[in-house]
Amino acid sequence: MHRTGDLYGHFQTLEQQKESATLGMWIFLVTEVLFFGGLFLAYTINRSAFSTAFGIGSNTLDITLGAGNTVVLIMSSLTMAMAVWSAQVGKKKLVSFFLIATLGLGTVFLGVKAIEYKQKVDHHLIPGRGFDMKYHPAHPMAGDNLEELALEKEEVDKAFAVDPDINFHGQLYFSLYFGMTGLHALHMIVGAGLLVWLIKGSFASRFTPQYNTPVEIVGLYWHFVDIVWIYLFPLLYLIDRHR
Amino acid sequence: MSEHIVSPKIYIAIFAALMLGTGITVWAAFQNFHQFNIVIALVIATIKATLVVLYFMHARYSSKRTQLVIVCSVFWLAIMLALTLTDYDTRSHETQPGVSHFAKPVPSHFWSV
Repeated sequence: MHRTGDLYGHFQTLEQQKESATLGMWIFLVTEVLFFGGLFLAYTINRSAFSTAFGIGSNTLDITLGAGNTVVLIMSSLTMAMAVWSAQVGKKKLVSFFLIATLGLGTVFLGVKAIEYKQKVDHHLIPGRGFDMKYHPAHPMAGDNLEELALEKEEVDKAFAVDPDINFHGQLYFSLYFGMTGLHALHMIVGAGLLVWLIKGSFASRFTPQYNTPVEIVGLYWHFVDIVWIYLFPLLYLIDRHR
Repeated sequence: MSEHIVSPKIYIAIFAALMLGTGITVWAAFQNFHQFNIVIALVIATIKATLVVLYFMHARYSSKRTQLVIVCSVFWLAIMLALTLTDYDTRSHETQPGVSHFAKPVPSHFWSV
């Protein structure tokens, strides 16, 4: 394709090119909003239909890890925004620094997510034939708080009295939990790949006050993934803590 | 379109607001506001999302055309949520607390396949 410097042949100015890229990215993000929106909708309907099972399922999640990950992800959004700023004002070394920081924080998020998934495997909370919400309260693991676990057992027993099919309905909660957080994590992995590409570019001093469209556009994507988590965290982790 | 550069001061202020919002969400989740717990959680999440869109994603400084696309996404999402939920909501009523009519008994052969 014909291009002069960073300006592709079918644009007249860099500003026009950036405006087109931004608009295109936003149109993609609209489709993403509706994509995740459908999952949130499925979650809402099932939660209202099986509120007992969803409450018990939600309370098995680790709130410290969830809240910690929220902080990590919002921090990574800040460093991403700072990378855009650094490019805009021409501080080339800072661009690399903030992009690497963003990638690092994103990796921490995925690592914590992996720890959470591992816990669910250990607690027999993966949808399928081994799924049993009574398993973990009856089989304490090393490092468990036994008092909390006794409370959890009481809660689960009460829930079984209300909803005898809770092991069936609980699988709906965990299917949605793994589906939604898994899709979110997949977006993070794609974002991490894009960041690696940007970091390579920043080492070659590709991004300047005149041309920083890729940083800006990947930034839009990264912030969108942050927004999805801003909704996932309260809906998945916090819905039933007040009881 | 001349480029608007958002200063680090604004980014850090927004970051602080997002942290505060996260703190309030976690605190509010442990208080009993009855049916309003979910409303409070969603209102705070929406305020946080709006801050991210306006400042981190520069929507406040974008062209009118880009802003229109952003508003459209919210509008279409609202259509999908509102029409689907009203449909589900008007079909029938809950049969017992915690389990609605969707919760059909699991066939006995389900676990023994």
